[in-house]
Amino acid sequence: MQVNVTVDGTAHSNEAEPRQLLVQHLRETLGLTGVNVGCDTSNCGACTVHLDGRSVKSCTVLAVQADGHEVTTIHGLATDETTEDGWHPLQTAFHEEHGLQCGYCTPGMIMAAADLLAENPDPSEEEIRDGLEGNLCRCTGYVNIVRAVQAAAAAGNGDGSSVSAHQAEEVSA
Amino acid sequence: MTTTENPIQANVGRTRLRKEDARLVTGRTNFTDDIRLPGMVHMVVVRSPMAHAKVTNVDLTGALDMPGVVAAFSGADLADDAGGLPCAWPVTEDMVAPEHKALAIDEVAYVGDGVAVVLASTAAEAVDAAERVVVDYDPLPAVVDMKAAIADGADLAQSTLDTNVSYRWPLANGDIDAAFDGADVVVEREFVQQRLIPSAMEPRAVVAAPMGVSDELTVWSATQVPHFVRVFLAAVIGIDEQNLRVIAPDVGGGFGSKLDIYAEEILALVLAQKLGRPVKWTETRSEGFQATIHGRDQVQKISLAMDADGRFRGLKVDLLADMGAYMQLLTPGIPILGAFMYSGIYKMDAYDFSCRGVFTNKTPTDAYRGAGRPEATFAIERIVDEAAHELGVDPMELRKRNWIQHDEFPYEMIGTLTFDSGNYEAATARAIEMFDYDGRRAEQANRRDSGGTKQLGIGISTFTEMCGLAPSRVLGNLRYVAGGWEYAQVRMLFSGKVEVITGTSPHGQGHDTAWSQIAADALGVPFEDIIVRHGDTAVSHRGLDTYGSRSLVVGGAALAAACGKVVEKARRVAAHLLEADEDDVEFSDGAFRVVGSPETSMTMQEVSTATFVAHDLPDGMEPSLDSDASVDPDNFSYPHGTHLALVEVDTETGQVELLDYVSVDDVGNVVNPQIVEGQVHGGLAQGIAQALYEGAVYDQAGNLQTGSFVDYYVPGAPDFPTFRTDRTVTPATTNDLGVKGVGEAGTIASTPAIINGVIDAVRHLGVNEVLMPASPRNVWTAIQQAAASGSADSDDAQAAAAVQADDAGPDAAAADNAGQAQHAAGDTGTSTGGDA
Ligand code: FES
Ligand code: FES
Repeated sequence: MQVNVTVDGTAHSNEAEPRQLLVQHLRETLGLTGVNVGCDTSNCGACTVHLDGRSVKSCTVLAVQADGHEVTTIHGLATDETTEDGWHPLQTAFHEEHGLQCGYCTPGMIMAAADLLAENPDPSEEEIRDGLEGNLCRCTGYVNIVRAVQAAAAAGNGDGSSVSAHQAEEVSA
Repeated sequence: MTTTENPIQANVGRTRLRKEDARLVTGRTNFTDDIRLPGMVHMVVVRSPMAHAKVTNVDLTGALDMPGVVAAFSGADLADDAGGLPCAWPVTEDMVAPEHKALAIDEVAYVGDGVAVVLASTAAEAVDAAERVVVDYDPLPAVVDMKAAIADGADLAQSTLDTNVSYRWPLANGDIDAAFDGADVVVEREFVQQRLIPSAMEPRAVVAAPMGVSDELTVWSATQVPHFVRVFLAAVIGIDEQNLRVIAPDVGGGFGSKLDIYAEEILALVLAQKLGRPVKWTETRSEGFQATIHGRDQVQKISLAMDADGRFRGLKVDLLADMGAYMQLLTPGIPILGAFMYSGIYKMDAYDFSCRGVFTNKTPTDAYRGAGRPEATFAIERIVDEAAHELGVDPMELRKRNWIQHDEFPYEMIGTLTFDSGNYEAATARAIEMFDYDGRRAEQANRRDSGGTKQLGIGISTFTEMCGLAPSRVLGNLRYVAGGWEYAQVRMLFSGKVEVITGTSPHGQGHDTAWSQIAADALGVPFEDIIVRHGDTAVSHRGLDTYGSRSLVVGGAALAAACGKVVEKARRVAAHLLEADEDDVEFSDGAFRVVGSPETSMTMQEVSTATFVAHDLPDGMEPSLDSDASVDPDNFSYPHGTHLALVEVDTETGQVELLDYVSVDDVGNVVNPQIVEGQVHGGLAQGIAQALYEGAVYDQAGNLQTGSFVDYYVPGAPDFPTFRTDRTVTPATTNDLGVKGVGEAGTIASTPAIINGVIDAVRHLGVNEVLMPASPRNVWTAIQQAAASGSADSDDAQAAAAVQADDAGPDAAAADNAGQAQHAAGDTGTSTGGDA
């Protein structure tokens, strides 16, 4: 089946088996290997992306279900990923607060956190912890992840920077 | 904060943000599963759904007919090629172990044991074809429980052996009979260390390719130990070591589970050779639950003999350690690592330890964060609490009476090690202050008096551990086949920039950053001018990798030594060019200066460039500043600390809530405080997870009932509070950096702190033991059992518990699934095997 999907601002049209998961489409068909796979039971959240601006575990969505929709992955979050100035506030905050160790959970964690902040720009610690419940991290004990989300929220100044930079660009365009 | 001031230099001792992060936060990573090579085929392993059976036939024809299939092999097909999995630690001369083939041939011994492989053009095709492989099994009795396994006439977990007991390993010091015979009080307990599933977030994966120079083969593996993988794969497959290159690219956590040589690494490499094309295997998570090593799984019988005033006299430990079905790389040695740690930080006259390694029809166990030491620490810290209760003294007070005083170091402890340094008083004082120990005791007493259903408990753990694995001589004495040294190289480039090569192999620990800090200060070059390379045997040709909190202690010391050699070579060049005597040239802040005329100077970068061009070097001097060093430690390092937990237990439901956790760790000098704190946080989460959330459960037929993240509860962000951490600093004297290692401390300390807290909260109800994980079900059951045996302190409490006895039980909380499953275990269960 043909899948037309806009990923990180680029329109793609590719064949997909009906059973292919969105995460497989992103990784294998489009080569977006920053989207990680940590489980086969939709428990870990390593595969989290945004589908039309809301976070989803991309292993719970079939590639064909993304047909006609917009996907944002960790690759599309920064305005310029090659320089820290171009990073999304959450990317900066995870770096500065040491919210990652091995980094395997990080793309999914950041995407989930971006959605959390879009919904609730000034979350309490408890709201952050509850909001990230579906994303497992085995390295950090979550303390610095919570700090990173708090820092990004503080840096966000309520100006909508918790929306992905890519989406913000689209809005302004 | 400090006992001794941590020496803060330009970089070392300060938080520098991690160099690793830029790739990781933007998704520009290279994990093994991300690798795609031209002509690559995908391998799927067909696994046994039976815990123990004869394999009577493997029919691959159905699979071979499937689209995209390139080849398929049974264990018999590869019998001559694939060799066996190595065990590097035959702990006794007479240890028995079954042959462990990469694919089983005649007999499978656990659910998940590989029996065949299928290779196809895509992973999906390989999965489809693997389902067409037909394997006939003739069931054999499954041995699941260790105590049953050692009973007379027990069924055998391995039919090629005549016993389930692999080895017995003793350690004794002092007159144990005298210690016990003369004791006023003896406390005896049996503790169960439940089986854990490490669950690094990146599943295992391997790519093997017949590419490289001449006959070279390259293996990328999600491993902590690329150097081990190279040595052992070459040996077991019969490849010349120089023709094998092993690369650990980005690795998404390990915690010991990637400190191994796995069947799939052997198979991928053998089949890449055989087919002449790259072979890739990526574990599915549920497959990994069966096929990646598990941790812990020990039964500890421990007794502590004391004088009436609470002075410890002697300790006996009789340990049963579940090996699982086979010996993996370090399986038999894990409980032995614990053997040295059972006496903890305490002084006593005698110690008697004995361990039996037992085979069962379950996934093999091996190193899991702490590896033997968390189990030992749990046992001693738990029994000290029980002893305090028995003596009627505060558990902290009993610890103080028995621990090694700060002015007694170096101290030869009863477990035969020499603790070089420590200050238990200082760490404890700081923890008590942060925690408000007395205030909380008062709060606890108020709650007791109020007679409510939410009771408070205070959990203590004053732990130490042996880190910095390891002195090679000691390892040799313990019959470990490798050494424990580490390697570093410093390459001074033309431009004055620096490449650092390390033999350690990080997978989240931040070595790129910490090693840059060390080299920057030692060489006087900017932090940003340094790149750290690792994890590729062609770049870092020597090394013994990352595990056992060894990287900084041994690998960092090697780097410091290599940097020292660079400085000495550079001093000679500088002296020559500055026309001064070498003895008159000082090196500080990145520059060589002539004593007495400080304006006459050269920077390290200038010397580096001058050496590279080599136009004017001292006579006979080699035109290179590059230096390397291999460092073998004389002793382990001994981090320690005091951890305090405040827990609230609902006496009606058994629900435990962790309200506060304070840890004060002494890991010696620190290179990067932020990284150290992160290691503590992660370690705490894993140790608390053992105490409260996790447990692998098998049914009587040997099926893993907690076979995915659905049934095995890896805790998430809502399951923890924000930990409060601090440090004291008592530098190690066993390495030049004064560092002790921090990777495992949190995990080792926290499990007993939590369980001591849980029991402290319900001790007045007569509870003195709770099975881990302390799920609502397990805690509720302990309260009911105590009530039934009438051991509660007061009639009130007994009545409160009795009301509950008629209830059907607590509601199943989400976090309780491991505990629930534990109680559901026992009947037939369905097969969880056969997934490809
Ligand atoms: S891979 Fe999607 S939730 Fe784990
Ligand atoms: S940083 Fe390793 S799993 Fe989160």
